[in-house]
Amino acid sequence: MNKDSIVLTYDVPGDDFTRAGEASSNLKSYLKQMGIPPEIVRKVAIAMYEGEINMVIHAGGGEIEVVISPEEINMKLTDHGPGIEDIELAMQAGYSTAPDNIRNLGFGAGMGLPNMKKYTDELKIDSTVGLGTTVTMKVKIQ
Amino acid sequence: MTIEEIRQTLGAKYIVGEEWGHREVHSACGSDMMSDVLAFMKDQSVLLTGLCNLQVIRTCEMMDIICVVLVRGKQPDEAMIQMAKEKGITILSTGHRMFSACGMLYEKGLRGGPDYK
Ligand SMILES: Nc1ncnc2c1ncn2[C@@H]1O[C@H](COP(=O)(O)OP(=O)(O)O)[C@@H](O)[C@H]1O
Ligand SMILES: [Mg+2]
Repeated sequence: MNKDSIVLTYDVPGDDFTRAGEASSNLKSYLKQMGIPPEIVRKVAIAMYEGEINMVIHAGGGEIEVVISPEEINMKLTDHGPGIEDIELAMQAGYSTAPDNIRNLGFGAGMGLPNMKKYTDELKIDSTVGLGTTVTMKVKIQ
Repeated sequence: MTIEEIRQTLGAKYIVGEEWGHREVHSACGSDMMSDVLAFMKDQSVLLTGLCNLQVIRTCEMMDIICVVLVRGKQPDEAMIQMAKEKGITILSTGHRMFSACGMLYEKGLRGGPDYK
């Protein structure tokens, strides 16, 4: 890792939907303060927020590590939830296993993963059914 | 169009942020599903929604949306009001339904973003 890198870590509680997004909010303020261009900050914030929401609604929470280097921002979201059986299917726009009570809260349209892909330069999903999921995303600064 | 002009067009009430009424809004998005909103990236927008919870304000924060219009007379709770104040987001409440509220703003020249690709 680059010596100029900054590492931020977050615990995402899985039992409180009202707190989902706190990590993304904190990261967004941090990046803004660093003077990162607003378009980049927005892409990172949206991608991380969708990922954070997924951890809460599908996986009972988890941990996020963000590494900020002068060239790029890397986000790693790790959970110990049920895992994703068919990643290709999960990536399809509109595919969702979210129950109706989640849809009533404004999520579960099946657009989270497509949005994460849309706003990042790289998206990788590593998942084992029964063990959990790790999502890594990269956004380039230049 | 300014936030104040939106308020007048919709006969809406300020819940938060009357002092930001002069801010300019360039585009609009109407949805109850936050991921639909997050799929749309435009500067200085207004969000019309029937959803009324903290994640509405979070979504605006991530997207740099400066104003939310709650349709069908929805009233936010104290936590939502508090977060909107902190983030500098105006909340308006109108009795109109989503379709009518969007139509009234469209008629005044406000437009949505590009089609989803
Ligand atoms: N962290 C995760 N753990 C387990 N399953 C997940 C996770 N993230 C996404 N999924 C699965 O992928 C599907 C699609 O995710 P997404 O595109 O974000 O849509 P939504 O969250 O609206 O359902 C989810 O419905 C869920 O089945
Ligand atoms: Mg999702």
